[in-house]
Amino acid sequence: MERNFKIWRGDAEKGEFKNYAVKLEQGMVVLDAIHRIQVEHANDLAVRWNCKAGKCGSCSVEINGRPKLACMTRMNEFSPEEVITVQPMKTFPVIKDLVTDVSWNYEQNKMIPPFKPRKKKNGIDHVMYQQDVERIQEFRKCIECYLCQDVCHVLRDQDKKEKFVGPRFMIRLASLEMHPLDIDDRIPKIKNDFGSGMCNITRCCTDVCPEHIQITDNGIIPLKERVVDRFYDPVRWIYNKLFGNGAKQE
Amino acid sequence: MNNEQTIGGYEAGLFQTHRPDTWWLEPLLTGLGFLSFVIYTTWAMFQGDYYWWSAGSEGFGGYLSPFYSPLLFIEESAAGSAPLLHAWFGPWPEWMPNLIPVTPAILILAGPLSFRLTCYYYRKFYYRSYFLSPPACAVAGVHQKDYKGETALLVIQNIHRFTLYIAIGFVAVLSYDAFLSFFRDGKFGVGVGSIILFLNPIFLAGYTFGCHAFRHLSGGRHDCFTCPQGKEKVSFKIWQGVSWLNGRHMFWAWISMIWVALGDIYVRLVAKGYWTDFSTWGN
Repeated sequence: MERNFKIWRGDAEKGEFKNYAVKLEQGMVVLDAIHRIQVEHANDLAVRWNCKAGKCGSCSVEINGRPKLACMTRMNEFSPEEVITVQPMKTFPVIKDLVTDVSWNYEQNKMIPPFKPRKKKNGIDHVMYQQDVERIQEFRKCIECYLCQDVCHVLRDQDKKEKFVGPRFMIRLASLEMHPLDIDDRIPKIKNDFGSGMCNITRCCTDVCPEHIQITDNGIIPLKERVVDRFYDPVRWIYNKLFGNGAKQE
Repeated sequence: MNNEQTIGGYEAGLFQTHRPDTWWLEPLLTGLGFLSFVIYTTWAMFQGDYYWWSAGSEGFGGYLSPFYSPLLFIEESAAGSAPLLHAWFGPWPEWMPNLIPVTPAILILAGPLSFRLTCYYYRKFYYRSYFLSPPACAVAGVHQKDYKGETALLVIQNIHRFTLYIAIGFVAVLSYDAFLSFFRDGKFGVGVGSIILFLNPIFLAGYTFGCHAFRHLSGGRHDCFTCPQGKEKVSFKIWQGVSWLNGRHMFWAWISMIWVALGDIYVRLVAKGYWTDFSTWGN
């Protein structure tokens, strides 16, 4: 069956939408269609991809206005007569066609204080129980596709990259802060440097996550509550002064 | 078409998107739904009458509108008002400024309202529906020159856990009202109103105890659920239960909000004589 596509072509300076029609077979995904367009119509069409299995996070684009992985978006999601629009991610600078420069994310990652495990007692290896690691294992599913960064309106529309690290790095921070062995205290940085208060929890990051990580409910909101513990809750402050704050032990 | 020449094919301006679906429907419906609730609540709050019904009996028992509970002060002369013995602090005081309308609801509604307004779920939908920030995912919202999120004026949202404590108090009070509704003149019985007022605190509890702040306080604040002995703490079990409720927070938020309004509507209709309360008391 022939399907119609409208794909943005261009670079950092200029560009435009171009229309393509290709015949597709049953079971194909949007990335297959893009590859066929490369073969049949535009062999200079740039698209980043790698595993084609939804695990490398490379083929992030916007399909019909929604941030998605091209390799995990099946063609039968669309009606036969629908024109499918494919664009590069809006939040990051375009390099060429559907490929964007996501290096800003790597810079954010470098700012995060790394895992700092507590000392072993009497040289005995740490023991962790499943109940304690389950919560942070969810965050480790992240494939760094940056779709959550792309859809986050603080970065996308308000362009506050200097004030907010974005949902991807909020869950990285959550995975470290909630780690049962980690002893570093990142809460002041989460509030002041990483911008937890910039997020107004409209949950689009959770909606687009291809790994179905509950970014907002399990990552960002718990971090916001920890910030409240530290900076906005006088009752908790008094409690901590009287009974100790349960600070992470060396 | 000239707009489409922007880099990446994105056009500037409010509501700009390439989404062909009905992305506007959800923010529209949730926005209208909550607005309807606010309008009705405000109207009901200012009435100051027909918030109590016990079929004329003055013994123990009766239906009290959830919008009017707890009754701190009562103006007995108002039609459909509760007997004075139900007031926590007695008759409507003379020292109360005239600026405040004589209606018990006006003294207490800020409590549950503040809980809902600072709730993480409500924040999601009203930022979308009313502030268009953003109206929907990947749909351009109102661009602010210096967007501050919840760091400036909206830092007030951090009072949510204090409003939670108030909300827990309301669940307790409304549970007592539910108990009260199964009695009329000291006799046990069941009416349609009893069932409505019985379900009310259950839905409110589902909403209140599934709140993100409660999830944090009940166990989420710990990094380790088994330390130091390697055994599950009680707080872990509580946290798991709260997390189950929290995963359905939107459901509890809406059902509890609709039900509390339904409770007021029902009591009001019965008290005004517009509706017959079918019950085992036989009236």
